[in-house]
Amino acid sequence: MAPTTLRTGLYATPKMAPAARRFAGAVRHFRSAGLISGHGAQRGGAAPAAAGPARRSRGALQPRGWPPQLGVDHQTLVGAVKSLQALGEVIEAEARTATRWELSAEGEEVLRDGSPEVRLFRSIPEEGLPQGEAVKLPGGSLGFSKAMANKWVRLDKGAAGGPRVLRAVPSVQDTVQEHLGQVRAGGSLPERERAELKRRKLLLEVTLKSYWIRKGSAFSTAVARPETELTPEMIATGSWRQLPFKPYNFSSLGLPPNCGHLHPLLKVRSELRQIFLEMGFTEMPTENFVESSFWNFDALFQPQQHPARDQHDTFFLLDPAEAPQLPPGYSSKVKKVHSQGGYGSQGYRYEWKVEEARKNLLRTHTTSASARALFQLARQEKFTPVKYFSIDRVFRNESLDATHLAEFHQVEGLVADRGLTLGHLMGILRQFFTKLGISQLRFKPAYNPYTEPSMEVFSYHEGLKKWVEVGNSGVFRPELLLPMGLPENVSVIAWGLSLERPTMIKYGINNIRELVGHRVNLQMVYDSPMCRLDV
Amino acid sequence: MPTVSVKRELLFQALGRSYTDEEFDELCFEFGLELDEITSEKDIISKEKGEEKAKGASDVVLYKIDVPANRYDLLCLEGLVRGLQVFKERINLPRFEKIIPAEGEGQRLIITEQTAQIRPHAVAAVLRNITFTKDRYDSFIDLQEKLHQNICRKRALVAIGTHDLDTITGPFTYTAKAPSEIKFKPLSQSQEYTASQIMDLYRTDSHLRHYLHLIENKPRYPVIYDSNGVVLSMPPIINGEHSKIRLNTRNVFIECTGTDITKAKIVLDTVVTMFSEYCEKPFTVEAVEVVCPNGKTHIYPELAYRTEKVKPEYINKKVGISESPSSLAKLLTRMCLKSHVTGNGNHIEIEIPPTRADIIHACDIVEDAAIAYGYNNIQMVIPKTYTIANQLPLNKFTELLRVDLAAAGFTEALTFALCSQEDIADKLRTDISATKAVRIANPKTAEFQVARTTLLPGLLKTIAANRKMPLPLKLFEISDVVVKDPNTDVGARNYRHLCAIYYNKSPGFEIIHGLLDRVMQVLEVPPNEENGYTIKAAEGTAFFPGRCAEVFAKGQSIGKLGVVHPDVITKFELTMPCSVLEINIEPFV
Repeated sequence: MAPTTLRTGLYATPKMAPAARRFAGAVRHFRSAGLISGHGAQRGGAAPAAAGPARRSRGALQPRGWPPQLGVDHQTLVGAVKSLQALGEVIEAEARTATRWELSAEGEEVLRDGSPEVRLFRSIPEEGLPQGEAVKLPGGSLGFSKAMANKWVRLDKGAAGGPRVLRAVPSVQDTVQEHLGQVRAGGSLPERERAELKRRKLLLEVTLKSYWIRKGSAFSTAVARPETELTPEMIATGSWRQLPFKPYNFSSLGLPPNCGHLHPLLKVRSELRQIFLEMGFTEMPTENFVESSFWNFDALFQPQQHPARDQHDTFFLLDPAEAPQLPPGYSSKVKKVHSQGGYGSQGYRYEWKVEEARKNLLRTHTTSASARALFQLARQEKFTPVKYFSIDRVFRNESLDATHLAEFHQVEGLVADRGLTLGHLMGILRQFFTKLGISQLRFKPAYNPYTEPSMEVFSYHEGLKKWVEVGNSGVFRPELLLPMGLPENVSVIAWGLSLERPTMIKYGINNIRELVGHRVNLQMVYDSPMCRLDV
Repeated sequence: MPTVSVKRELLFQALGRSYTDEEFDELCFEFGLELDEITSEKDIISKEKGEEKAKGASDVVLYKIDVPANRYDLLCLEGLVRGLQVFKERINLPRFEKIIPAEGEGQRLIITEQTAQIRPHAVAAVLRNITFTKDRYDSFIDLQEKLHQNICRKRALVAIGTHDLDTITGPFTYTAKAPSEIKFKPLSQSQEYTASQIMDLYRTDSHLRHYLHLIENKPRYPVIYDSNGVVLSMPPIINGEHSKIRLNTRNVFIECTGTDITKAKIVLDTVVTMFSEYCEKPFTVEAVEVVCPNGKTHIYPELAYRTEKVKPEYINKKVGISESPSSLAKLLTRMCLKSHVTGNGNHIEIEIPPTRADIIHACDIVEDAAIAYGYNNIQMVIPKTYTIANQLPLNKFTELLRVDLAAAGFTEALTFALCSQEDIADKLRTDISATKAVRIANPKTAEFQVARTTLLPGLLKTIAANRKMPLPLKLFEISDVVVKDPNTDVGARNYRHLCAIYYNKSPGFEIIHGLLDRVMQVLEVPPNEENGYTIKAAEGTAFFPGRCAEVFAKGQSIGKLGVVHPDVITKFELTMPCSVLEINIEPFV
């Protein structure tokens, strides 16, 4: 599933239903408030609301202060305001916060019955009473310690029968109760008293969210809820004809679809396959990553001491270390052309070793697969011209950096026919690269062990303002083709390039690790566009 | 591709004109060279070691030029200039002459049979009355180093030693002795060492330590003595200080020893053809008689000129041009292949000089004609080859299936075919011996120990690298795994697998199961036992017990699906449950 990324500002919020329910209440509520004509609160109260207790000021209305009178919960009212806001410009509501002091449950008790210290004081008889009994009086030990602290009572430690509590003053005044009464009546207290009552947990500070409400530019006493979406019922009843609909916000993005994604490199692979198929090229089998040195090098007339056969460049295998079979007749022809020459060639004149040819490796190029395909072609009774291509993985034991990995995809194309020229190779390269969106080409003489002539293909890079290499090409050497048994007048023209390079250019990727392998950036995969190389 | 550094000023002086950098770049491109970098010694040191160290270094402009790997004749300033001047028809290619001294007056190099076991071949030559300057001397040393790194395969095939002939007395003996018996003062050292001590001395040398392994474990080391027992060199490691060539050296004795006689001859030819230019009689080389253990003698350098005959239409047909025979001969002559038309214009006779060891077939001659003609002057033609394209069935099938998997809401991953042994064994709670994995002999890091036998580790690692992405993650990959198979010609084969994973707060087995059902649906395989597919409870080390099933289709087991074992999840540094499916898709092709 695609990630349900959080995007704001969708056409209509999907959570509309509960909001709409609150809305109905809000409208009724405002009617009851006299702002909107109508009747009372919908909840809990059958009683019609008293005329506007809301404080009016310059046409504005603040809901705070209503609920007690209306019997409507404050939060319900806040919800109603929000629902009205969602309607657009019906009201303007400016959020405000205010703090208020309220009596705690204990505070209510003190207001009703008096403070513990006063109650204790009043319960002590003239003659006093033992301390043990005093703390059991109304007001209890809390009242006792407070009364002691106020010096309203004293303790006679020397009295017969244990310590005795006696009144120390004739009468007391219950200021705590009075202060609470003032708070209750909406009055205010000096800071010190209020802090003391708060400390005694008799007063609580309550934060209230409120709104300062004014008429909006689209104020109406007959607000109707605009519909958010067309429903089957509306269609059935035709009610949509009369209903107002909430406008869509077209500047927002839509909801991303839940979908899978193809990998960008493999999108380019598909496109290149398509290009080859359009050009009439048949796909060669490349289904063996493990290859013998014979097919990877020797069959391609790459001498056994060639640097590419070095441990530093090629992954050799520990297991299976050697290829069990080399093609018997053909491998002896290969041996001969390397060590002694033949077919018009001087050869390399060195001692060719079968053990070296048997060494298994991870193929360093798909040209090994091309050699196998050409060998099969040579075994046909009668030669037929072919155009072949392949795109598959190859492996190099190289040092890794931002543009090199130990494995990459090689794209290879070849044409085998009688009488092919270097001009044909350049002609087909032009066709191929034009389909890749590369039109300006230039060819540089180069050296490949298995092609002669060889050409590097350069294209002009507009961004870099210089010619950059985009591929390698050449005509396969006769020392490669003739031992296979291909007719002498058959030429094979071939070219190769990596799949990663054009992909990195196409998708603007600088670090190959973000493209290939497990460190891929999946967001990049999700976001990558389709692959059209020619536009 | 070897890179040759030359001083721009010297180059232009030798070319007899100067070029802008762009002009010279263009000339290189046309000729098949590449002006890789324009720099200076100061720049190079500053880049490698910091600006501080570069203070005082030369800021003479250097051209770094990439040379094709088979053109040993272009590996020094002398050769480059000669090649380009001939190409531009400003000079003719000089003819190299081998001077054979009168009987008894020439130098001899005697090879003993002890060398057979370690480094059997040796060739030699003398450059008489040479005049070195600092730049020529540096180029001479540099060419040897370039040859050592390339055709000599880091001295394994051939090693070159050059000596001041006036400090030594022939005949010379090339033999092999026990390391303890060899004792001499190596180049740039102030005292004598035995061969064993020399090996220890160079064990930490940044340059020479790379060559020690070539002889280190052999019972005898190769060594060349003069008639007085002076050590010339201990190939392929080091020359003796005694015969060191200096700026004022007039006569140079050059020996090349090696394991490949063809290459030793090419190397010797290259050195003498490049530097005989500075001899009193330019382009002459004094021959040396080399006596083999079997008593046979050979005269070196070979400096062989070979003649090839090629039909003009062969060249025209291979390149796709229609030049006259004489014009083709002229083109080839510009490439240091002196040519003329013979036999009523039916043939071109081409002389292959000793500098062009790369010309081994007529196709090499064709290439040179094409280069001289100018690749970019050849008319491009689309081949008339008419063919009907076919896709490889396995790849066509893969392409179709990928699209269906993406349509089913899964995202395609592309992971490496190589991984660590741990990835496919320990981390999946199985032993490597149970995997039939192909193992790599020379991995540079643990990431490349084996070829994967399953796609699962790659997908788990992909998720681990993308843990910040919103859940669920639904990934798939259709790619090849590799297993050993003694029935194939290379002993291993690929299988194309489909692997899919669902990673979320709950395992979602039903989602992966549903994906299998969907895959089978698009493959038109019904869910039944007779001709369709079934899944049956199974065990799998990578799976949570009781949450694994084997998939059967086409009468065989094709893979498994299930909830991944918590230990596997943890080992891949994941935290959420997940379900996977991995099947071989080849039976459906």
